[in-house]
Amino acid sequence: MTATTAADPKAATTRQADQVTPEFEAAIDEIVTHYPVSKRSASLPLLHYWQNTFGSVDDSGIEWIAARLELQPINIYELVTFYPWFRREAAGKTIIRVCRTLACAMAGSYEVKEKFCSAVGLDPLAEHHGFGEAPPTSADGKFSVEFVECLASCGSAPVALINNTLHEKITPESIPGIVGQYQ
Amino acid sequence: MTAQPFVMPPPHPKERRIIFENISQPGYDPSIDTFIKHGGYESLKKALTMKPVEIIDAVKASNLRGRGGAGFPCGVKWSFIKHDDGKPHYIVVNGDESEPGTFKDRYILHYDPHQLIEGLVISAYATNTHLSYIYIRCEFPEAAGIVWNAIEEAKARGFVGKNILGSGFDCDIYVHQGAGAYICGEETSLLESLEGKRPYPRIKPPYFPAVLGLYMKPTIVNNVETICHVKHILRLGPEEYAKMGTPGDGGTRTMCVSGDVVKPGFYELPAGAVTLGELIFDICGGLKPGRKLKAVIPGGSSAKVLRAEEIFKVKVKGADGQMVDKEIKMLDVVMDAATLGSVGSMIGSAGVIVMDDTREMVWALNNLNQFYAHESCGQCTPCREGSLWMSKITTRMLDGGGQGADPKTLQNVADNIAGRTVCAFGEACAWPTQSFLAKFPEEFEAVAAEK
Repeated sequence: MTATTAADPKAATTRQADQVTPEFEAAIDEIVTHYPVSKRSASLPLLHYWQNTFGSVDDSGIEWIAARLELQPINIYELVTFYPWFRREAAGKTIIRVCRTLACAMAGSYEVKEKFCSAVGLDPLAEHHGFGEAPPTSADGKFSVEFVECLASCGSAPVALINNTLHEKITPESIPGIVGQYQ
Repeated sequence: MTAQPFVMPPPHPKERRIIFENISQPGYDPSIDTFIKHGGYESLKKALTMKPVEIIDAVKASNLRGRGGAGFPCGVKWSFIKHDDGKPHYIVVNGDESEPGTFKDRYILHYDPHQLIEGLVISAYATNTHLSYIYIRCEFPEAAGIVWNAIEEAKARGFVGKNILGSGFDCDIYVHQGAGAYICGEETSLLESLEGKRPYPRIKPPYFPAVLGLYMKPTIVNNVETICHVKHILRLGPEEYAKMGTPGDGGTRTMCVSGDVVKPGFYELPAGAVTLGELIFDICGGLKPGRKLKAVIPGGSSAKVLRAEEIFKVKVKGADGQMVDKEIKMLDVVMDAATLGSVGSMIGSAGVIVMDDTREMVWALNNLNQFYAHESCGQCTPCREGSLWMSKITTRMLDGGGQGADPKTLQNVADNIAGRTVCAFGEACAWPTQSFLAKFPEEFEAVAAEK
């Protein structure tokens, strides 16, 4: 594993599960009602809700979700380690996901990703292996930058998903302005 | 921040916008009022006066094929569901659009969600389904919110939920978000994902989730665009709808064109209405000045690549009804399922990636190999290991470490994946390597020999 600037989850003093509020539990209860046939189907949406709330999914989160759905922790852990979206460590406040796949690559996405890294003070060549580790994150914790596979917007390449917003037809010149919107 | 408002360019004369008719109206927004103003939910009202089997027959007569990639006749798929088997049925809409080169469902989900919901409720009524899920990849976070909101709006007006429009028919719809895995677009993987398990594709047979699907019950899995077409089949009538396409491939198809063309974008065209040449040069404005066409991937990244100067020998029906041999140039290949199949590729998801003479084929293949190596779910050894080997070999070749035997090794690895895996990902990751090697052998040999 390459070093990242994100906090080591083992060193964390607080368990995420200790911060669960009644409002959080009510939201979870509502999500579970979407799956009247099998509660287990709620594991992905619960992981999303957890990560959106706490920024990552720690051991206590895996155990909490498993207990809520009457599953074993391994049933949740094997999802966290499979799906690229979930991470075990906190990422930056703003996550810049640059599309890496063919149409975007042809339109310059490798340069776009490097320019994003430089613009937020990251090593453009820093490697990111996934497997739950946080993408390279700036020292101030504001930005993470990573490559992702096809974002299904090949007609407006190159594109990047920044938090929940898709940015299209990105040029190297437009990058400082885009980053500025998230400062 | 929200997505920028989307303005569709005026249609090319060859285009026939059905799915994108609403979206191309100025000022069209995803709200239910706007949808109803444009004739929304009228097809549902009509459907509820019909017998479910009449709707299935209409979909069969329309020759609608699945728009997700496999192209299976939709009405036939639906007819696998036995209405009175006493089991619960489910419909899962596949909105996991992730095939490189494909970007049509994104626009439907973001800009016309009620079109999908109307199509889905009609489909549910036709197959006696009371619980449906719309599976949306999590990289479309805004779309998930927009579709959720649309479901709530439709519920409030009685189009979704209990006793729909007083018909006594119930159908609940929920959105389910993926988590960044391409494999979830494979229908049995998608069902495993929806069941909360690791999304390993299921062993076949049974070949169709309509036999054993979600929670081991009969389930229809259809692409977003396919479900939207159902509404228009009822609106236009199946004969009128089928007339737009070719025999066996009815209606319009949304062709997504990306890469080295002047006007990339998506174009809704009657199936079989244009050749590849017309699509690239007339509709998409051709290539950038001074460039020459080199290669086209016609149906999403998994489809076999075509080389610009290639000439194909195909069998076509002659005037006397006999099959005769005919030679066609690559640019004269008609964009429909049958013709692309006959030239050894496929229409797939109709994601057309165009490459000009500045593109190196080893580089392009390496990009796709990296994609497949990243996205292999790891269940089957040939695919898990093979996709990574192919990616490592092409990466090494590009880094100046080519070895003379590389093209042969790549071929050998690819040949040992296809046909040896649980799902079609095996073929999807082998076909690019096999076809790039077959069509551009000189480039691979040159890079392999470089020192």
